[in-house]
Amino acid sequence: MAKGEAARPQRTSRRKAGAGTPAGPDMVQLLTPEGERIERSTGANGVEYSVDFSDEEYRGLYRDLAIVRKLDIEANALCRQGELSIWASLAGQEAAQVGAGRAMRPQDMAFPTYREHGVLYCRGIDPIMPLSLFRGVDQGGWDSDKYKFNMYTIVIGAQSLHGTGYAMGINFDGKVGTSDGEAVMAFMGDGATSQGDVHESMVYAGVFNAPIVFFVQNNQFAISEPLERQTRVPLYQRSSGYGFPGVRVDGNDVLASYAVAKHAMDHARTGNGPMLVEAYTYRMGPHTTTDDPTRYRESAELEEWKAKDPILRMRSFLEKQKVADDAFFASVDADAQEIATDLRDRVLAMPNPQPVSLFDNVYPHGSPLVDAQRAEFTTYHASFEGSAH
Amino acid sequence: MSRIKEFPLPDLAEGLTEGEILTWYVKVGDAIALNQPMVEVETAKAAVEIPAKWAGRVHAIHFPEGTTVEVGTSIIAIDTEPDGAPLEAPATADAPLDAAPAPAGQGFQEPGTTTPAASAGGRSAGYAGTGFSEPGLTAQEPDTGGPMLVGTGPKIGSTKRRARKGGTPAVAAAPVPAAAPVAAPPVAAPTRPAAPPAGPAANGTGVLAKPPVRKLAKDLGVDLRGLTGSGPRGSITRDDVQAALAGVSAAPASLPAAAATAPSFGPDREQRIPVKGVRKLTAENMVSSAFTAPHVTEFLTVDVTRAMAALDRLKARRDWRDVRVSPLLLVAKAMLMAAARNPMVNATFTDSEIIVKEYVNLGIAAATPRGLMVPNVKDAGRLSLRELADALNDLVRTAKDGKTAPADMSGGTMTITNVGVFGVDTGTPILPPGESAILCLGAIRDMPWVHEGEIAIRKVTTLGLSFDHRIIDGELGSMFLRDIGEFLADPEAALLAWG
Repeated sequence: MAKGEAARPQRTSRRKAGAGTPAGPDMVQLLTPEGERIERSTGANGVEYSVDFSDEEYRGLYRDLAIVRKLDIEANALCRQGELSIWASLAGQEAAQVGAGRAMRPQDMAFPTYREHGVLYCRGIDPIMPLSLFRGVDQGGWDSDKYKFNMYTIVIGAQSLHGTGYAMGINFDGKVGTSDGEAVMAFMGDGATSQGDVHESMVYAGVFNAPIVFFVQNNQFAISEPLERQTRVPLYQRSSGYGFPGVRVDGNDVLASYAVAKHAMDHARTGNGPMLVEAYTYRMGPHTTTDDPTRYRESAELEEWKAKDPILRMRSFLEKQKVADDAFFASVDADAQEIATDLRDRVLAMPNPQPVSLFDNVYPHGSPLVDAQRAEFTTYHASFEGSAH
Repeated sequence: MSRIKEFPLPDLAEGLTEGEILTWYVKVGDAIALNQPMVEVETAKAAVEIPAKWAGRVHAIHFPEGTTVEVGTSIIAIDTEPDGAPLEAPATADAPLDAAPAPAGQGFQEPGTTTPAASAGGRSAGYAGTGFSEPGLTAQEPDTGGPMLVGTGPKIGSTKRRARKGGTPAVAAAPVPAAAPVAAPPVAAPTRPAAPPAGPAANGTGVLAKPPVRKLAKDLGVDLRGLTGSGPRGSITRDDVQAALAGVSAAPASLPAAAATAPSFGPDREQRIPVKGVRKLTAENMVSSAFTAPHVTEFLTVDVTRAMAALDRLKARRDWRDVRVSPLLLVAKAMLMAAARNPMVNATFTDSEIIVKEYVNLGIAAATPRGLMVPNVKDAGRLSLRELADALNDLVRTAKDGKTAPADMSGGTMTITNVGVFGVDTGTPILPPGESAILCLGAIRDMPWVHEGEIAIRKVTTLGLSFDHRIIDGELGSMFLRDIGEFLADPEAALLAWG
């Protein structure tokens, strides 16, 4: 014990103001924090990354980023107003999520955490879908097959197992191995990498050559635990222990996040096996609305990351390239406001669940026992004054 | 419904029951936009900003900064049509509560979309000068009708259930008025099942109280079994405990220590705590002593390894197994034996004479929920070590329970203050008025120490002795302290030599 203690770096230097954790030279970046375009960038896996977007596509990415942030702000406000019981904000991680989300193809399957609102939006799903979960009016279930987007997973890291199993399955089904093949992306945070589930899934993914990308958004904190209490090596290097490549990408750079995620997914869908992508980013808000980050991190660090804001970065780029004008930005803001207002109205209009809904979805095709219980419960409820049924 | 919308304090994290209003960003009359930050509220989890739920004008603010508000209580009213017609005439002050109809049945209610003229809305004009309407006058009881899944959470004390059709025995005990219309929840009170007349508290098998309340009662030395609960189902609340304490305590109504240790800062980032009770008494005593008796403080660092070993041997004895034994016991014994060898230290100075006492009433400074208390063990010099141990334990326990009688705190002749329990090394204590010596016991630490000619790891502590220089000269004070140290360095030898 004493030896182990001695080997650790001094605790006092653990969180210097503004220090964060250095990203290192291995990080793929195509857009500097000032919005300067870098033509190509080589990852730790030796692959050279770049993107070739039209002006329209650049503007589209900006639009995604702005709308995703606006929706997040609105959901946060709804929570503070007592209309949602909890909210996990994605503020700061928009570029990583939009990059990954836009890199996925329709046939690909996503296994999200509870923070993947940006990925969900980019998959073309109505952003209202997960809010019933956060409002507590349902259990957060939806048709994962239909949306190619698994349910929000609250258990930390569990979705990496589900994703690996799914990826092994599509491999067995012969849906992998061509440029039109399917692939899976399992999302997680840096905290999840300390979970046994994630280790197991990476062992299986490596051994079975599963077509899965582990997309780790390293936002520097596992709730309040900083990264240096999670790992002694950069997270992307973990993959070498499982026998597949790992890349670190600037998670506040939507172009690089897209390029790396797209390459990783193509790598998987063509039968080359798993990849680990570490999107290096920062959680600008609290872990959830029940958390107070000022208790464990300093404002100087937050200020440092504000300068790397993913949305301002893209906006600077568009302005410098003269790809977008003020009218464009104004229209995006107006659209974002409209979508956010619509979201608010629909959240407030969500019906409360009926007590008997408890019995729904127990079995896909019903069960005589559950049906009998439902009838009994309905009768019981009808025995009360003022009962609607 | 109404254009005046009341905003109940939501549960800002998962399962919180209250929050404290830190800062209002708006005032009555301000125009306010949707999602504009209006107030900062601190809960047990975090301080958070709450954005406005509606656009409009601030109609009333129900609680000033610094107030702790229960979840579900309206904190602000917003006029959502500020440019509309003037508001209806205020209702009379005794407007019936049921004038605020809450929406019934299923579906999410807008909590408090009610109270048109009947409550704060109409009446706040009378409080316009202060900017605050009177919270008690807001009549609505938001969200008691349907299931409450988010936001304002279950209202504390709201235990009512919907009545069974046709009545039930429980309801029969409290007759339902024939006309009780269930569709109007605010008058649903009559349909509330009668409170259990004999709760578990009454039959003595158990007491209903939430864990924080139990903790509070334990800290304050209040026996829950003796209390009648005013909470749901007869459970005992925080208020019940505090009321019970106020009832049994003869002490002046002092600021509860809990409040004193959890400052709530206003906008000027200062908190004003009235000086009263124990705090006032402590302050008076300290000033009177510090500016009357010229204090001298001396220090002595002692190797107490032997004394600690002796304590361990004492603890291991069968006849001592039920006694709590701490270093304080040996220090007390050391001080008593040293006082017997230097009788002049146990004295009181008056302007005309010095009163030397044969008896030692040994005070022990104790941090209690009510503040600093210095109860004393009467005639401690005559007690055997075992009697002294029992007396000290009784004294400390009584003090921690907040039950020390005034007589136990008067007549002290010398005192020990054990700051070592807080992990500090020593201090320069101030004499209790009328006493001539106070000994400060610091933390006992493993330290490198020269022992028998070699550096060894020994248990070492620093003693600090303050004495009244009007009575005690440096020589006497030093000998007294040296004797205390000698006892602690080798208690067996001191007992044999001096006993």
